[in-house]
Amino acid sequence: MLFSINETMGQYSELFMLLAAGTYTVAFVAFAWDLAKSSKTLRAVDLKAAAAAKVPVAVGSAGSEAVPAAGSAEARTAGADMRYAAERRAPARVAVALTILGALIHGAGVVTRALGAGRVPWGNMYEFLTTGAFVAVVVFLLALVRRDLRFLGTFVIGLAVIMLVAASVAYWTPVGHLVPALQSYWLVIHVSIAVLSSALFTLTFAMSALQLVQSHRQKTLEAGGADKLGFMRLVPDALSLENLSYRINTVAFVGWTFTLMFGAIWAEKAWGRFWGWDTKEVWTFVIWVVYAGYLHARATRGWTGTRAAWLSIVGYLCVIFNFTIVNQFFNGLHSYSGL
Amino acid sequence: MSEPVEDTKKSKTLEDAKAGAALPTLGLKGMLRWAWTQLTSMRTALFLLLLLAVAAVPGSLFPQRPANPAVVTQYIKDHPDYGKILDAVQLYDVYSSAWFSAIYLLLFISLIGCVTPRAIAHYRAVRSQPPRTPKRLSRLPEYGTLVVPADAGIPASRAITDAAALLRKRGYRVEVRDADGDRPSLGAERGFLKEVGNLVFHTSLIGVLVSVAIGGLFGYSGQRILVEGDTFVNTLVGYDQFSPGTNFQSSWLQPYSIQLDKFDVKFDRESPAHFGQPIDFTAQVTTKENPGAPAEKKVLKVNDPVTLGGTSIYLTGNGYAPVVTVRDGKGNVALQGPVVAKLQGDNYYSSVVIKVPDAKPEQLGFAGFFLPTAFVTEQGVSFSGDPELINPQLSLNSYYGDLGLDKGTPQNVFELDVKGLTQLNGRDLPTKGITLVPGKTYTLPDGKGSISFDGVKKYVGVDIHHNPGQVSALFFALLAVAGLVVSLYLNRRRVWVRTGTHDDGRTMVEYGLLARGEDHRLAGESAAIRELFQREWQLGPDAPETSDTVASTKTKDQ
Repeated sequence: MLFSINETMGQYSELFMLLAAGTYTVAFVAFAWDLAKSSKTLRAVDLKAAAAAKVPVAVGSAGSEAVPAAGSAEARTAGADMRYAAERRAPARVAVALTILGALIHGAGVVTRALGAGRVPWGNMYEFLTTGAFVAVVVFLLALVRRDLRFLGTFVIGLAVIMLVAASVAYWTPVGHLVPALQSYWLVIHVSIAVLSSALFTLTFAMSALQLVQSHRQKTLEAGGADKLGFMRLVPDALSLENLSYRINTVAFVGWTFTLMFGAIWAEKAWGRFWGWDTKEVWTFVIWVVYAGYLHARATRGWTGTRAAWLSIVGYLCVIFNFTIVNQFFNGLHSYSGL
Repeated sequence: MSEPVEDTKKSKTLEDAKAGAALPTLGLKGMLRWAWTQLTSMRTALFLLLLLAVAAVPGSLFPQRPANPAVVTQYIKDHPDYGKILDAVQLYDVYSSAWFSAIYLLLFISLIGCVTPRAIAHYRAVRSQPPRTPKRLSRLPEYGTLVVPADAGIPASRAITDAAALLRKRGYRVEVRDADGDRPSLGAERGFLKEVGNLVFHTSLIGVLVSVAIGGLFGYSGQRILVEGDTFVNTLVGYDQFSPGTNFQSSWLQPYSIQLDKFDVKFDRESPAHFGQPIDFTAQVTTKENPGAPAEKKVLKVNDPVTLGGTSIYLTGNGYAPVVTVRDGKGNVALQGPVVAKLQGDNYYSSVVIKVPDAKPEQLGFAGFFLPTAFVTEQGVSFSGDPELINPQLSLNSYYGDLGLDKGTPQNVFELDVKGLTQLNGRDLPTKGITLVPGKTYTLPDGKGSISFDGVKKYVGVDIHHNPGQVSALFFALLAVAGLVVSLYLNRRRVWVRTGTHDDGRTMVEYGLLARGEDHRLAGESAAIRELFQREWQLGPDAPETSDTVASTKTKDQ
C-alpha cells in the first residue's frame, strides 16, 4: 500500500519549517529578554522592599511570614508551585504567543510533510528532528497551561531552533517512500512513543540543569555571597525543580520502557529476534538503565538532589548521543537515517 | 521507585556494616551475612545498575561475534596491535562475557535479596491494622480540623463512625479505636497495591531474564539462501548456517518445506532523490507443514514473517543469481544453474564466484562481478546504473587448477582461493577478462572449456528462528510495565481522624494525612477528604474554623 509522493507538498513543508524556525527565533529572543527584564524588575522590587523594611513600622509578625525577608534565599527564587503569578510579564507573553504561532506553522509543516510522503512523518533523521522538535514545543506549551514554566522557554525554544536548523542544514532529505524495513505499523507506535518520551526528557534535562545552577546559587546566597545569576530568580528553588522533573521523568521513563518493549516486539517481527544487542538497542537499553538508576537514586539516601540531577542529565546526553552519533556513525540494523 | 522502607533498611545495613567492620572475627557465617547485606543494599543495587549501563557500551563500539563473526575476524586482522588484547578481555563477546554476566547476575541476586524481604514485610503490612493514631496529628504533613456545631446532634462517637464509613468507601482500610471513649480515633491506610506493583515489576524482570535464558537453551536459528524455484526443507542439512541453542536436539526440527516461487522487488521511480531505492519486497512461497501435508501458498515480506512448524521465517536479504552453464575441456556440462551474487555496492552491484569442481581434466574457477544495468566509464570502470535488469552483464576472470575443495577444509562459497590456480582470463592478461550478456557463451582459452550466461534469477535470504522463551518474555515484560505504572502512580497514604466533644457541646474533628514515599497529590487528597466530611456533616464548604490557614502554612505555596 504505497501512496504516491507529492513533491509540491514536500516543498510547502520545507517552507513551513523555515518559517517556524524564524518565528521560534523571535520567540527565543523574547524569552531571553523576559529573563533579563524580569530579573531587573524583581531586583527593583526587592530594593524597594528592603528600603521599606528599614522604616521601623510594625508590619506585624503575621505579615512578615507571608512576605519573606527580601534578603533571604527563598525570596530570590520563583514560587515553588510554579503557578502563574499576578504580575504581568509582557515579553514572556509575547514569547509564548510567538511560540504558539511558530508551533502552528511548524504543525502545518509536519502535516504537509506527512501528506507529501503519504505516511507518518518520521522515517529518517530529517523527519525525526522536525517532528521531534514539534512534539517538544507542543509538550512545552501543554505544560504551560498548567504550570508557569516560562523560565524554560529560552531553553526549549532554543533547542527547537537548533533542531530545525540542523534538520534543514545537516540532515535534509526530500520526501520519499519508506524503505521496506520501516513499512510497519510498529513505526507509528514505536517511534511516536520514543519521540514523545524524548520530548519529556528534554524538559527534565532543562530542569535538572537549572536545578544544579539554582542549587549552587542558593548555597552561595545562604552563605551570604553575591547574587551573580540574577535571571535565576525567575526559576523556582532547586527542590521544586527536582520534584517536578522527577514527576515528568517517571512519565518519560514509562514511555521509554514502552519504546524499548515495542522496539523488541517489532525487532521480533522484522529480524526474528526480540533482542540482539544491535547498537541502537544497546543505547536504548543504556538510556533505560540510566533513568532506572535515576529513579532508584531518588529513593537512596545521599543520592537525591544534585546527584540525581546529574543522572538525569547523563541520561539525556545518552538520548542525544543515541540520536546523533549512533544513528550516523555506528553500523547497525537501525541505519535508516536516510543519509 | 520511592521506597520509604529503604530508610530503616539503610540504617540497618549501615549498622550491620559497622558491626562487620568492628568485629573481624565474625567467621565465615558472619562474613557471608555481611556480604549479603552489602549486596542487597540499595546503594549497591544503584551502583550495579549504573555499572551495567557502562558495561553495555563497549558492545556498541566494537564489532560483536554473535552479530557478525566475519567482521570481528577482519577487525582483529586490521588491528594487529590491540585486536588480540580486546579479544582476550571478551570485548567482541560483551554480552556473554564473564564480566558482563557477573554484573547482571549480581544485580539480579541483589534484586532478589531486596525483593524477598520486602515482599514478606509487605505481606505482613497488608495483614496488619493501620498504625496507632499519633498523639499530635498537627505534626503530619497534611492536617486539618473541623467543628460540628452542637445543634447538629453528631457526637464524637458518631463522627468517628461516619468518618470511618466515608474513608472505607474511598478505598481505605479503616480501624476505629476507642469508639466509646472520650477521644475516639481511627487509623486508615490505602495504596497497598503500590508496593505490590513495585514487587511485581522487579520480579517480572527476573521472569524476562529467565525467558531469555530459555530461548538460549532451547531455541535455534539459521539462515538459508533460496533462488527462485528452490525449496528449503527444515533439516540440519537444509541450512546454509545454523546456530543451535545450548540444549538443542536435531529431532526438534519439523521437516516442513518452503519453496520460493517468485520474488518481486519494487523500486522507487517517483522521487528523484530516492530514485531506484527499493520500496517493496514480496516473496511468493509454497509451504508444506510436513512432507505429506497439502501445499499452501503464502506471501513472505519484510516485517511480515511466515510461521511454520514452530518457527518463523523472515525475509532478510535478496539479490540476483545469474544462471550459467560451464562446460569443461572435454565438452561435458560440469555446472549448470544459478549462482548467488553477493551484494557489494549500489544498484545491486554484486560479486560472483563460480567454482566448478567437476570440470575435467582440471577444475575451473571464476570470480568477478554481476551488474544488473552495466555502464562503463571512460576510465574503463564499470558500475551498475540501475537496480533492475536493464543491461545485465557478467564480468569474470577465470582460473584453472586445484580449487582446494577436496582437502576437507571449509571454504567460503563467496571467495575464490587462487592459491592452487592458474589464471586464464584477466584484465591484465592478453586474453582479457570475460564479459557476458545473457544468451552469450565464451570459450575459454587453451581448450579449457566454455561458460554461458543463460539468464538471471532472483534469490532471497531467509532467517529461520525458533525461540520458546519469546512468549513468556513478552508476558513478563507486559507484567513489568503494569507493575511499574502501578508503583509509580499509585500512592500509599495513611489517614488518622480523632474526634472529641467540646465543653460547649460542639464536636471537634481533627485529621492528618501521611504519605509513604513521594506523593505530590497528598494535599489534594486532604482537601477531598475534608470536602467529604463537610458534606457528610453539612458544614458547607467554608466551615467557620481556622484550619484553612493551618493547612496552607504546611505547604510552601506563596
